[in-house]
Amino acid sequence: MKHLLSINDIDKEFAITILDTAAEMAKVTEGPVKKLPTLRGKTVVNLFAEDSTRTRISFEAAAKRLSADVINFTAKGSSISKGESLKDTAQTLQALGADAVVMRHPASGAAHRLAQGKWINGSVINAGDGTHEHPSQALLDAYTIRKHLAGGTGDLAGLHVVIVGDILHSRVARSNVLLLTKLGAKVTLVAPPTLLPHQVEQWPVKVSYDFNSVLPTVDAVIMLRIQQERMSDLYFPSEREYSTLFGIDAERLSLTKPGSILMHPGPMNRGLEISAEAADSEQSVVVEQVANGVSIRMAILYLFIAGSQESVNG
Amino acid sequence: MGLEARRRGSEGSPDIHRSGDILPTRSFNDLSREAGKEIYMSLALNESDINRALTRISHEILERNSGSTEITILGIPTRGAHLAQRLASIIESIEGTPVQVGTLDITLHRDDLRLRAPRALMETVIPTLGVEGRTVVLVDDVLFSGRTIRSALDAIGEIGRPVRVQLAVLVDRGHRELPIKADFVGKNLPTSRSQSVKVSLREHDGVDEVRIEGESA
Repeated sequence: MKHLLSINDIDKEFAITILDTAAEMAKVTEGPVKKLPTLRGKTVVNLFAEDSTRTRISFEAAAKRLSADVINFTAKGSSISKGESLKDTAQTLQALGADAVVMRHPASGAAHRLAQGKWINGSVINAGDGTHEHPSQALLDAYTIRKHLAGGTGDLAGLHVVIVGDILHSRVARSNVLLLTKLGAKVTLVAPPTLLPHQVEQWPVKVSYDFNSVLPTVDAVIMLRIQQERMSDLYFPSEREYSTLFGIDAERLSLTKPGSILMHPGPMNRGLEISAEAADSEQSVVVEQVANGVSIRMAILYLFIAGSQESVNG
Repeated sequence: MGLEARRRGSEGSPDIHRSGDILPTRSFNDLSREAGKEIYMSLALNESDINRALTRISHEILERNSGSTEITILGIPTRGAHLAQRLASIIESIEGTPVQVGTLDITLHRDDLRLRAPRALMETVIPTLGVEGRTVVLVDDVLFSGRTIRSALDAIGEIGRPVRVQLAVLVDRGHRELPIKADFVGKNLPTSRSQSVKVSLREHDGVDEVRIEGESA
């Protein structure tokens, strides 16, 4: 396998291999020397046509810890803001000798276009395309859940994960539903009807409008950010009403089982989908998700670009 | 995989030759034909040979290091890790005190990563006292080019700075490509490059033996 565009690209076995590899990467980076020679001589380009903090610095840290050369390419202040097409940008990256292009793009399917365009020889790693997918985020969420609730090995069979909020615009939710169910977890989506995608009934999930009724059986709660920048219409009457019905606060958190965890892909809108008290509670693993993100992205870069491309996964 | 397949082929093959028919030594006990090519598989070490070698190596490690208190034994997965556990338990039974033993995966330090498909990482377990200021005894099953050991030395360097590193191997088959030498050797097996040495261990393969496969030197 050469590109990581969607969770659909990987089977359950390979997903577990990525998680296991990330666990070993985490161990290595706990040592006094945080740098490995594994990707020496490889060039990783971070092509970010949309704002990002966490994902970009996480991929950058991961590539650097594996000794790859990193070139950061953001829309602002680059030729993309002058209207350069994806094809021309890609051909520039090819001329630079990129072994992997990590791409974030506001258009759904952009990573797929880049991979199928034959403009570049390197691997394409999707770091979020529009409202479509964000596979590395789903992998780090699965890793975090597995570490806390499944003993750090194997799959997620028997666990119940609830994903709450703006499912409609969320690439994190799409990738997470695909991956978590692939790994055997039960997934429930909680959102106002206006923020659920069309044909959600065909997804392998349960849907609820009543957050409180779901909480007692839940092992992990994933809160999604309300994405103001993607909301062209009014999806709910007021922020206050949304917060009351679908936000998590200390009181709601107390309805969950002991030992359950609270997650958020960041950046958090404190006071909207998550209260400050909940975000800073003991059950919150939001900060740890960032650290796990580096390990997961090291595993992805290692498994997708370290070896000869013909026989990856063989 | 290829070797396994060949071995199965030879066992089920109707034209298998009796030991001694072609080759007079006791070691060449299997011989088969596959695609017109003769494949020899000779038993180099059996279970008791392996046990004796490990017991001797354990005594040599203790002698060289005046006991087991300063040593940390690290096995290279998969079979080196099993051998490290066995050496540790033999040393524990001799000395009567627990030994620091762990495993060290060297995959991320290999120099042939770009030439092959990436493989899943194996577990690294560093015992509680770590490697800083201690004598590390690296354990592997076969010493061949020396490249695995070079990678292991790099991997150790990332964990800490041992005062010295020693190397114990079950089989030294020659053909070094780097200036690396074992301190403790179970058996020197002169081989040709076209042959392969297959170590099987009870924990992983269900049987203790070392075989040389391929045309004889």
